Amino acid sequence: MAGAAVLGRLGWRTATIADVKPETSRVKTIVFDVPGWPGHRAGQHVDVRLTADDGYQAERSYSIAAPADDERVELTVENVDDGEVSPYLTEEARAGDELEIRGPVGGYFVWDADHPGRVLLAGGGSGIVPLMAMIRQRGQVPTTLLYSARTLEDVIYREELEHLQRDGLDVVLTLTRSQPEGWTGHSRRVDTDLLAEVAPPPDGRPVAFVCGPTPFVEAVALALVELGHDPGLVKTERFGPTGT
Amino acid sequence: MKAADLALDGNAAAGILHAVYGAEMTLAVGTCDACASAGPVGRVRLYRSAGLVLRCPHCDAVLMKIVTAGERVWIDSRGLRTLELAAG
Repeated sequence: MAGAAVLGRLGWRTATIADVKPETSRVKTIVFDVPGWPGHRAGQHVDVRLTADDGYQAERSYSIAAPADDERVELTVENVDDGEVSPYLTEEARAGDELEIRGPVGGYFVWDADHPGRVLLAGGGSGIVPLMAMIRQRGQVPTTLLYSARTLEDVIYREELEHLQRDGLDVVLTLTRSQPEGWTGHSRRVDTDLLAEVAPPPDGRPVAFVCGPTPFVEAVALALVELGHDPGLVKTERFGPTGT
Repeated sequence: MKAADLALDGNAAAGILHAVYGAEMTLAVGTCDACASAGPVGRVRLYRSAGLVLRCPHCDAVLMKIVTAGERVWIDSRGLRTLELAAG
């Protein structure tokens, strides 16, 4: 099994914002310095807790966007209109701000570098975030990224993905709401036909990580199983409208 | 949008469960008391309201309810027959 149980209570740590980087109009990457951070694995996430002046607390779970790097933790966060934590992180957070982080957590949706064979990463919207941590540390593992976004402007990490594609990462983009002039890529929701065309074939026993809104995750996971993929090799994580 | 579309999964409770049980719990295997199906906690359905409600992905029965207020947490796990994880 991946990940030994870690004994001992998991507590909140103070994190200081080191940098805030815009990704799209609704998405920012926030870089934290977390003294004593124990490191993490690609696919894991953290809980972020904010405390208001009157003592009210709100916490949400966010995926870590980059592989372990000493005491640095990068989160990429999409603004949820009526959210309790993401509006602060995407609109108000500034370098030097302090908040609380608990983690890293999660052992189910994590990259296992020992798995032989190909890897399929399927992301919908901000579901790309934990997949990006995997991509950034994939080494020589042959990897296909299938990424569904509403428009080209909504594609998170666009420039970096273009670089990675030139360096050999297999990137398949589908734009479901509108496409730029001359778009030659895919323009429909991910379905069985699209997966049959772009996903590594099931007989090679690829492992699949699927992350996004619940309808996206369910559709992709079901389609993969229909195509003959082993359900045990299809790992899912659902991002909801409330921020996880 | 269907109610099920609002569901997250057990991964969203990883932090509080780790804090309470002192171990990574998303790979722990839970058995539903209602339908006896078993699977990793990371795969159950999770709804966020005043607290967290974890439901069986097969029969929709409530497995756990977790409510945090200040420094205290309440956990109702009547819907879980067993929880199996690494002993050490």
